[in-house]
Amino acid sequence: MDASLFTSMLFATVVAGTPLIIVALGLLVSEKAGVLNLGAEGMMAMGAVAAFAVTHHSGSPWLGVLAGMGAGMMMALIFGVLTLSLMANQVASGLALAIFGVGLAAFVGKPYEAVALQAVPPIRIPFIADLPLIGPALYNQQALVYFSWALFWGLLWFLYCSRAGLVLRAVGEAPTSAHAIGYPVIRIRYLAVLFGGAMAGIGGAFLSVFYTPMWAEGMVAGRGWIALALVVFATWRPLRVMIGAYLFGGVMITQLFIQGSGLQIDFPSQLLSSLPYWATIVVLVVISRNANTIRLNSPASLGKPYRPDA
Amino acid sequence: MLELEARAEPSRLMSWLSPLLAVVLMLGGGLLVFSALGKDPIEGFRVFFLNPLKDVYSLSELLLKATPLMLCAIGLAIGFRANVWNIGAEGQFMLGAVAATGVALYFDGSESGLLLPAMVIAGALGGAAWAAIPALLRTRFNANEILVSLMLVYVAQLFVSWLVFGPWKDPDGFNFPQSKMFGDAALLPALLDGTRLHYGFMLAIAVLVAGHAFMSRSFAGFRMRVAGEAPEAARYAGFSTARMIWTGLLLGGAAAGLAGMAEVAGPMGQLTDKVGSGYGFAAIIVAFVGRLNAFGIFLASLLMALLYIGGEQAQQYLNLPSSISMVFQGMLLFFLLGADVLINYRLRLRRRAVGGN
Repeated sequence: MDASLFTSMLFATVVAGTPLIIVALGLLVSEKAGVLNLGAEGMMAMGAVAAFAVTHHSGSPWLGVLAGMGAGMMMALIFGVLTLSLMANQVASGLALAIFGVGLAAFVGKPYEAVALQAVPPIRIPFIADLPLIGPALYNQQALVYFSWALFWGLLWFLYCSRAGLVLRAVGEAPTSAHAIGYPVIRIRYLAVLFGGAMAGIGGAFLSVFYTPMWAEGMVAGRGWIALALVVFATWRPLRVMIGAYLFGGVMITQLFIQGSGLQIDFPSQLLSSLPYWATIVVLVVISRNANTIRLNSPASLGKPYRPDA
Repeated sequence: MLELEARAEPSRLMSWLSPLLAVVLMLGGGLLVFSALGKDPIEGFRVFFLNPLKDVYSLSELLLKATPLMLCAIGLAIGFRANVWNIGAEGQFMLGAVAATGVALYFDGSESGLLLPAMVIAGALGGAAWAAIPALLRTRFNANEILVSLMLVYVAQLFVSWLVFGPWKDPDGFNFPQSKMFGDAALLPALLDGTRLHYGFMLAIAVLVAGHAFMSRSFAGFRMRVAGEAPEAARYAGFSTARMIWTGLLLGGAAAGLAGMAEVAGPMGQLTDKVGSGYGFAAIIVAFVGRLNAFGIFLASLLMALLYIGGEQAQQYLNLPSSISMVFQGMLLFFLLGADVLINYRLRLRRRAVGGN
């Protein structure tokens, strides 16, 4: 492999992994608080379409990202009211959110299907972007790529070094005890769910405004679900989310590069495109094989409704 | 202020009233949506909810749309009752369609009366085979069936488009991504002359009845209900979890596969890359709104079919994207999940305590 191909593949891998990192880290926070929100796909779709529409009308991709974040939070709020205030089943509500979000995004996005946005120029970090091989791939990137790294470090600090993070994890592991010592379990879970929605919205915004500056129905293409799988794969640890997301980005990019390389491989492009989905399945199998790994690492109250006895 | 108070035991009445409440809330929400979009809400209501019911032909279209929904939903309900979350019915639907198409194309030109039954079996097997993957991975490797079955939807979609863009493309099809049209012997005959309603509807009714018998009359169905409602009791009684996962997924896959078969051998008459039109996902809503019960599913599938056709009507007469039906379908499920709180809790007016306690 020559050097420029390596650099461009690394660049593309990082870009493809970025939305997965942002979304999966957001989901990780809500799952750490004990809430399983399967609606990531719907929140991403709404984030993507809202960001696209606002960017198109205002001309500012940053307002777009804010709008995407807001749309993701609105969706998460619906989920929160259902599961946290009305104690609805989290799995069913998450599925409903996924179906509803994808549908609503298709509906709202109809007028924008033929519109293209201007590509947003990357931000070059002086000096280190000149490093050979990796410099241009890692340090001449979209702002949201840097954001995903900041999010990772921020979360590491928040979850494992801050008091608030400790409370969040306590709420996910033992809501009854957390309630008994005076923490507002439901309010904390609301915040965690909203954070998850905000990140899913930003992830969607990254897709429609930065990654492919256009909107098409179904453009999220299962990334919300892949992000959910990533959290399991990562056994609820941020570092492994990063690694997993870039692995997936790598798989997505490799199949694109093979398709675009003009190599005479006698393999149909559609079947090649299904590679990331197979990879998700394989990864789930490998990590779940040992039931103890999942049981010991998943937040103890994940998916279970909690109602403080008033 | 209002507060929720736990009921001593779940209210059976509310578990039936809550879907009705959800429908009423959805209709109310619909009026708001239409006014928010700057349409006359009464006109919107008429086009969306009443037009699809206006004559025999419209009603036959309603039953036609409800057919795949019923089939997918009854299969899903069997699994959902045991907390087996198969959400990949969309993919199993497509594989059923592929298997049935395979048989139809292989025996192309045949006049045999056995062709349709063979396609029915192939469809059910195709769907069940696709659902066997999450079942195997769940029982053998503990892999989450929600995520695996969902990933396989995307794989199935890509597989179908490979088939219709590649090996199965109709040579005389002007390069459209579609298979050859099926011969007459491979098409489900019409049930009502002058309409598109076909015998697949009767098949769906038969499967609904069979599903009902399985869930409420068979020991296997009883085991699955126990596992869903009282997992501890099921474990104590020694019911095998693995067997329930296999049953739930295979029956769900087979029913979705049948629906796929009925779609290609019914209104489509060929395989195209648009074969999966979201029925598998909509069926999740149907199963919940129908309370995982055969008769409820029958009614819910009619309602969901109404929403689909209403969307098409809204596109035609109100100039709204047809995806508005997905908005309504999602709203319906949200309202249902919200209204379900009243099954286990009752609303109580609490007066602010004076002096406190």
